[in-house]
Amino acid sequence: MAERETVLEVDSLVRYFPIRTGLLQRHSGDVRALDGVSFTLGRGETLGIVGESGCGKSTLARTVVGLDKPTSGSVRYRGTDVHRASGSALRKLRRRVQIVLQDPYTSLNPRKTVRDLLTEPFEIHRDVLPGPKRLPRVKELMDLVGLNPDHLDRYPFQFSGGQRQRIGIARALALEPEVVVCDEPVSALDVSVQAQVVNLLRRLQRELGLSYLFIAHDLSVVRHISDRVAVMYLGKAVELGDRRDVYDRPGHPYTRALLEAVPIPEPDGRDTRRRTLLSGDPPSPVDPPSGCRFRTRCPKAQSLCAETEPLLRIGSAPASEVACHFPEGIPSSRGT
Amino acid sequence: MTAPILRVADLTVEFTTGEDTVRAVSDVNLEVYPGRTLAVLGESGSGKSVTAQTVMGLLDTPPGRIVAGSVVFDGTDLLKAKEKVRRQVNGEGVAMVFQDALSALNPVYTVGHQIGELLRVRRGMSRAAARKRAIELMERVRIPAAARRVDDYPHQFSGGMRQRIMIALAVALNPRVLIADEPTTALDVTVQAQIMELLTDLQRENGMGLVLITHDLGVVAEVADDVAVMYAGRIVERGTVQELFASAAHPYTKGLLRSMPRPDREADELWAIPGAPPSLVRLPPGCAFQPRCDVAVELCSVQRPELTAVAAGRSSACHRREEVFHGRA
Repeated sequence: MAERETVLEVDSLVRYFPIRTGLLQRHSGDVRALDGVSFTLGRGETLGIVGESGCGKSTLARTVVGLDKPTSGSVRYRGTDVHRASGSALRKLRRRVQIVLQDPYTSLNPRKTVRDLLTEPFEIHRDVLPGPKRLPRVKELMDLVGLNPDHLDRYPFQFSGGQRQRIGIARALALEPEVVVCDEPVSALDVSVQAQVVNLLRRLQRELGLSYLFIAHDLSVVRHISDRVAVMYLGKAVELGDRRDVYDRPGHPYTRALLEAVPIPEPDGRDTRRRTLLSGDPPSPVDPPSGCRFRTRCPKAQSLCAETEPLLRIGSAPASEVACHFPEGIPSSRGT
Repeated sequence: MTAPILRVADLTVEFTTGEDTVRAVSDVNLEVYPGRTLAVLGESGSGKSVTAQTVMGLLDTPPGRIVAGSVVFDGTDLLKAKEKVRRQVNGEGVAMVFQDALSALNPVYTVGHQIGELLRVRRGMSRAAARKRAIELMERVRIPAAARRVDDYPHQFSGGMRQRIMIALAVALNPRVLIADEPTTALDVTVQAQIMELLTDLQRENGMGLVLITHDLGVVAEVADDVAVMYAGRIVERGTVQELFASAAHPYTKGLLRSMPRPDREADELWAIPGAPPSLVRLPPGCAFQPRCDVAVELCSVQRPELTAVAAGRSSACHRREEVFHGRA
């Protein structure tokens, strides 16, 4: 693959949420939602982020678009620090980095029509488009995401879940962003509707040259849409690599267990499928285990894992970076 | 195959809200056999949960109303049975695991108290005996350090552990049928795999009939023996899991199977069923799936197709079922 131009650089991103207890609200600890995550996103590329609840993936989404401030570390869009920019640089950045949220039922104001919802971005960024050109652009946006432009004056409740998510996507695209962060964009939708929205996102990427940070817990959807994939566990990326490497030759024991836990829609051979069941649940991000955070559930853990934290490094697989002292060596594949 | 222990026949349930009457479940027939797993597959609004609630006697009436049908457990129609019989069957005959364990458990009592209360009331156990049995049940659903955790409150458990406690409650009286309504939907994938394994192990040990209500084709493929696919309140296709996945006989099932991305395979473009599930208030005329169907003909918007056999143990509610089933449509 040719080297892509980097549009987004996330460097050692940390976000702690302080816990305050007692009458005096004394600082008694931190929820370590993100604890040193780094990656780059190339132009026109999709980086999938997978992980279970509490791994920090939604905090990552919010921090990347500037809705939340990091405790330390930085996010740069084409060289501009997202959290330090101000004035015109910040306004430009806000246009170029957008977010699509999970729940199309709560993320749209129910008292506004589609016309209002889609015109709003141009009222905030007045210099982008002069007044008379806004309505044609709104109609163009509706057409782009597969909504009927005649439904301009309808309210969100008059649309189905899939259509509402299309409105959310149109809103994110209004100001012609280059990077779109998608935080669980299809998980609130009916199964028969998810494929439509996934296909729409892929078409828009091709047509508009978008870069996606695609965050989801559904590993099948992430494989389908991503070029590269990062696997997160308790605030850290434990594996990062090309989609095929991560899915077909997982290097981290967690990646492997996660993939093996996904049910496969194929009854044949179900009794002979390899499945390493992890015990228990992920530990609390308030008090993560010493050394490797996965060691308390890892079938391969040894004493070294409790002492020294493994860093993300190039593993045995050609391109994957794996944070494990004992990465998986033997190529594996699902099924028989 | 032996006789079914639970049989739902021609069940029709309506809801009245304001001026609208909505038929949430229409002419549903289901049989549950000992030791077998029946998956009821459907999206939101398909009627799968209402069916389960009706079987358990949990339907709120009003606004719900059972228009027709019967739910026969072990020779007794539960819809006509006296309250006392009904209560006896719940828990010992048929038990249920809900999706959201946090709201199904009482937050102000310890889990040991809640499991124990069931045993004291229904089995007349003493406090001490009930507590001991509660610990055994918690061990059976593989809660680590059960003896220590029996005095914890629901909020002190993780999501997966809470779902285990729900399962312990459901199997406490050794039911012959266990209905699990989206038991893993709220859980992470690694925990989902643990819970599904636990459910199938318990089923094997007890020879229970298991009814799994889900929207997840992957889960169905992993654990079901028989499948009933529901759409807009009706069963649109039935068959064994192998047959149904190998050759779907309804365009909706076929579309769902084709639209699923897979973790172990790559595809260029996903097949997508157009449109969205219909509102039950405004069902289209004829077949409810017809506006989204890629093989619909004129007849489909005029006449509703009945569930009809296409092969032994296979049926489909589609005018073009033969062509779909044989892959010619």
